[in-house]
Amino acid sequence: MPRWGMVIDLDKCTACQACTVACRAENNVSFAGLNGYRRGRAIFWNTVIGRVEGEFPEVQGIFIPMPCMHCDHPPCVKVCPVGATYQDEEGRVLQRYERCIGCRMCMQACPYNRRYFNWRVQEWPDTFALYRNPDPETQPRPKGVVEKCTFCVQRLRKAREEGRPIGSDYPDGVVPACVETCTGGARYFGDLDDPESIVSRLARSPRAFRLQEELGTEPKVYYLRPGQWEPET
Amino acid sequence: MERRNEPVDPRLIQPILRTGAGYYLLAAFLSAVVAAGLYVWIRQLRLGLAVTGMNHPVYWGLYITNFVFFIGISHAGTLISAILRVTGAEWRRPITRAAEAITVFALIVGAAQVIIDMGRPDRILNVIAYGRFQSPLLWDVTSITVYLLGSITYLYLPLIPDMAILRDNLPADAPAWRRRLYTLLALGWHGGPEQRRRLERAVGVMAVLIIPIAVSVHTVVSWIFAMTLRPMWHSTIFGPYFVIGAIYSGIATILIAMAVIRKVFHLEAYLKPLHFRYLGMLLITFNALWFYFTFAEYLTTGYGGVPHEMRVFNAKLSGEYQAAFWAMVFSMAVAFVILLLPHLPAPRRVRLPAFRPGYALATAGTALAVALVMVSQNVSGATQAGLAPSPALTRLLTWLLVVLLLGFGVSVLPVLRRNIVVGTVIAAFLVDLGMWLERFTIVVPTETRPMLEGYTIGIYHPTATEWILTAASFAGFALLYVIFVKLFPIISIWEVQEAEEVIPQMVEKVKGYLPGV
Repeated sequence: MPRWGMVIDLDKCTACQACTVACRAENNVSFAGLNGYRRGRAIFWNTVIGRVEGEFPEVQGIFIPMPCMHCDHPPCVKVCPVGATYQDEEGRVLQRYERCIGCRMCMQACPYNRRYFNWRVQEWPDTFALYRNPDPETQPRPKGVVEKCTFCVQRLRKAREEGRPIGSDYPDGVVPACVETCTGGARYFGDLDDPESIVSRLARSPRAFRLQEELGTEPKVYYLRPGQWEPET
Repeated sequence: MERRNEPVDPRLIQPILRTGAGYYLLAAFLSAVVAAGLYVWIRQLRLGLAVTGMNHPVYWGLYITNFVFFIGISHAGTLISAILRVTGAEWRRPITRAAEAITVFALIVGAAQVIIDMGRPDRILNVIAYGRFQSPLLWDVTSITVYLLGSITYLYLPLIPDMAILRDNLPADAPAWRRRLYTLLALGWHGGPEQRRRLERAVGVMAVLIIPIAVSVHTVVSWIFAMTLRPMWHSTIFGPYFVIGAIYSGIATILIAMAVIRKVFHLEAYLKPLHFRYLGMLLITFNALWFYFTFAEYLTTGYGGVPHEMRVFNAKLSGEYQAAFWAMVFSMAVAFVILLLPHLPAPRRVRLPAFRPGYALATAGTALAVALVMVSQNVSGATQAGLAPSPALTRLLTWLLVVLLLGFGVSVLPVLRRNIVVGTVIAAFLVDLGMWLERFTIVVPTETRPMLEGYTIGIYHPTATEWILTAASFAGFALLYVIFVKLFPIISIWEVQEAEEVIPQMVEKVKGYLPGV
């Protein structure tokens, strides 16, 4: 059984936000509009946050793209009163939209704020509705439930149905939309349980770190520290 | 013992039978507020929680604040009718019913807040169908359900003899439905020794059982917060801190209810200054406990100085939540002074001219004017028009306000001192206000400062929907109470009557403490 994980090389990331856009298109993430965005209602399964490190004049801005961390010990799963969020056998943290009661306890529990609530009925302005992903697993979520990144669970399912390989280890391997679209080639996806996979090897790199590792959540999204780029990786 | 023909003080039954125009006016007003709440709630169901000010990452707002507050004041009943009963405090007798009714209604209104807050209230039964006991929310569902059922039982059991009294003492022209209702609820009570023995036993058992349940309720309410990793929620003292606050606000609420009942139904003979004095002492005790817990919590956080906790800490003490935080501290401190006044020795030869009602009016009026000036300077229109107040002026006005309020406080001191009921009730209002603010400053500021460094800072402005539903919750609570006093005696008739029989027992008991016997 694979244990899916992701590695993001912060040296290759240009903070172009293509991952965010690809994710929205692939997973039918709804529009909040400018007003909704300003009121904190926008949904971003993937987002990019900025940090400033160092002290003036030696400052450096770093950008951190954030999908769901798909923790091995997910605090969100622990607190769900109805089992609407769960970890599947491949280590992904998924959401049962039809069971969620909208209490938002999981959102409070997530130390990465990677969960989003449907504050209102999802909308697609103008012709955007025509470009929605028809996959049954990405259909618009009803209002009042929580949703989140799934590591593009539907892409992996289709790959298995069609007998195609999965992961960045194969030239034609199926990967989540954010990995596929990444303009800098900064993202890698694959099986962390396979010691020879690209993600396993990168996760063992001295540059590798995870966000808020000290919390013991064991995220399966690894980052490679910026400023130490090695062309061969 | 046959109690059927024992004369009943008509003052205790009058509130049920005589209904004035004021009652209908109040009931209509409260119903109107509740109806407004229902309207905005239905609108919220249709449009989603987007009609509230909640957002990413402030996932919970006023609804959860109200939830914690109402579940908190539900601890009034447990304290008065269970703890005081178990410890044999005889003065509790006229208050038990009023307190236990607060418990039941506060629990109903508190539980309703959760349903208002849910994104999918239509799926509430999933909690039973798929309930997971690993989730703190399920601990709450279980604990609050048990407490509600237990409290209803505990409200009903001591009501049985009173139902029989009403059944037997109803005037001939009383409506038939009342007679049927009381006959049904009296369960054939005739006050025989076996019935009394069984009732005493059942009430005794419930009184003991309800105490750990009540403690568990507010403990698990706090654990909703404490079990997450969020800064200033993830605290080990949250359980006891919330229970203390709950009983504290519960006592304050029962004091307000008592004062209203006493005034409206002319029950001064039953709810005496003594009761206000005793409950006021309990309120002082819990005030001190509350300050102790608050101090311990904030000192530990501030001294530790963990960066993600300090962000929340500073937001509360000196950031955008400072007004709410310091208003809370101020309310509690003033309540403490007011409550302590009657217990201090009378100042001799103090002839300060400040102790005059005229000065009180003057300072209060000026303070109000200053406050209005400050508010008008802060309205968004003025800020946008470039008329934002200078920080120096704001600071000056704030100090002026503080001085004026202090002056007001000093000039009303003798009044509060002389009238313990008025003083205690003002303190109780301040305590309830302070406790609501405490719940708010616990729930919201933490959410605005996510733990993850670099993450967006949250902003939360409650919308009209949330304020209307908050008002409707308070009105609904009052409405349930107003309906209750019209159907049931708000002072437990048989328990007060029984007090006479207890006097010889009490004398014997006290003699038993002495070495001579």
